[in-house]
Amino acid sequence: MKVRRFKDSLATTFIRASLVFVNAIAFVIAITLFMKTRPILAKTTLSHLLSSTSWHPLRGDFGFFPFIIGTLEVTAIAMILSIPVCLLSAIYLSEYAHGRFRGFVRLVVDILAGIPSVIYGLCGVIAIVPLVRILGQALGSPTTGYSLLAGGIILAIMVSPVITSVALEVFRTIPRAARENSLALGITTWEMVKHVILRSSLHGIIAAIVLGFARAFGETMAVLMVVGNVPKVPLSLFDPAYPLPALIANNYGEMMSIPLYDSALMFAALILMVVVGGFSLGAHLILLKIERRGYV
Amino acid sequence: MPHISLNNLSISYGNHKVLHEVSVDIPDSQITVIIGPSGCGKTTLLKSLNRLLDLNDDVSVKGNVLIDGVNTYDPKADVLSLRKKLGFLSQRPYPLPMSIYDNIAFGPKVHRLTQEQIVQQIRDLEGRSFQVPERKNGAMDVLVESYLRLAGLWDEVKDRLRTPASRLSIGQQQRLALARALAVEPEAILADEPTSALDPLSAQLIEKQFKFLRNNYTIVVVTHILRQARRIADYVIFLYLGELVEHGPAESFFKSPKDERTRAYISGEIS
Repeated sequence: MKVRRFKDSLATTFIRASLVFVNAIAFVIAITLFMKTRPILAKTTLSHLLSSTSWHPLRGDFGFFPFIIGTLEVTAIAMILSIPVCLLSAIYLSEYAHGRFRGFVRLVVDILAGIPSVIYGLCGVIAIVPLVRILGQALGSPTTGYSLLAGGIILAIMVSPVITSVALEVFRTIPRAARENSLALGITTWEMVKHVILRSSLHGIIAAIVLGFARAFGETMAVLMVVGNVPKVPLSLFDPAYPLPALIANNYGEMMSIPLYDSALMFAALILMVVVGGFSLGAHLILLKIERRGYV
Repeated sequence: MPHISLNNLSISYGNHKVLHEVSVDIPDSQITVIIGPSGCGKTTLLKSLNRLLDLNDDVSVKGNVLIDGVNTYDPKADVLSLRKKLGFLSQRPYPLPMSIYDNIAFGPKVHRLTQEQIVQQIRDLEGRSFQVPERKNGAMDVLVESYLRLAGLWDEVKDRLRTPASRLSIGQQQRLALARALAVEPEAILADEPTSALDPLSAQLIEKQFKFLRNNYTIVVVTHILRQARRIADYVIFLYLGELVEHGPAESFFKSPKDERTRAYISGEIS
């Protein structure tokens, strides 16, 4: 008896400790980043860092605006391209497809989600970049192909498995009674999807989009390989861009002799973290609001 | 000719045979109760009528189901209008993710009823003419009220029509489902153990509503509660292990069952 009680309390302690440990990591990272950014914040103002377009590290001039815009635009393109396609595929798999086909596609989607991002990057360089080059020429804006659009496309491909599989799971959790009750009114499958399935799963769809966004926003390797990495505000889809993660990955450890560079890169990391955190929080608040309205 | 009749209906899921050659006519304007132990094919039989079985993978159906003389399983059959003729209540009600009002208005709106059709529908239902309120959606308001009254729910919800239907109690949700089903003007109501998730009082209300509706609708109820069958049935269909054992008017079915298995089931020897 004594031994069993001891084991129980030991297990409880370990479970609590793991929880504290996991959550503490987030705080430690946030605090570290904040501490490390203090030198640059002491030198320049926050608004200047965020809004200046001039990036001349040697002169101590750090304007993050092009990077922030680059990140936002690449992510936005990725989300615009992927969300409709992913939702429609998830709807097809959930509401139209045969169970066996659904199982097979699920497997493929899981494999896609597990492919290392550097491989997506390589495929991007081989396939997407030349395609964008041809498209740019056809549309009258000559480009190397290493551009915002290439980055957005490769990101869209990368986040698709995440959004599709989460959305599919969400659709499958809707009880059978929802489909039976609505179809029995003599409505079509599409009307059921539009009025019942999508509305009932609003919650989960937002969660799927947030997960996709977080993945896209912080994705480094694949984007870095195709986006061009020029620290200028991109003026068209065919211009190169330079997202924050790429900035950090390309420069950290190499340009450390330049004063404040280290601190500037930490600032970039902090922005990434704050935006992803803020987006998740915002989505959470939206969910709470929907919940209070009571439709889901 | 009966509205609903089954001819040699056999249904299997993959290799598993669930119903064997069931043939029966379901009488109009009566409550027909399908009884039998769990897993004997009651729900499958019910859902075969409006082709909700299509939601399952690997179902194969032989024989036919005639609804007003049209074979439901004819590849050319218009499944949507067949389904519209047969209202359906599931075991657990599912309020559509919208307000109480919109749950009722949903069917008529999706089927794009015109103002005149709505007015006509209310006239047919109430059997009298009435004044359409001048305001926007006036006719729809009357329609929603009529069906909520018909399902015995109006007095409980009239002050909160715009609140989400999911806030209703589960018993109220089932009556809402009934009102929603009635609002597309079905000829029959199919109910799959409609009271099994409900408390006894709500269950009683549903039974009461069925008895009230039976003059105008053909009602088919699946239940495994024998006492419920005795309370509401006009006609009984007894299934045992996928086979139609016996069917007939409730009185003779319960008083003088012909088959040994029916007798055993009614007396509680098998369940």
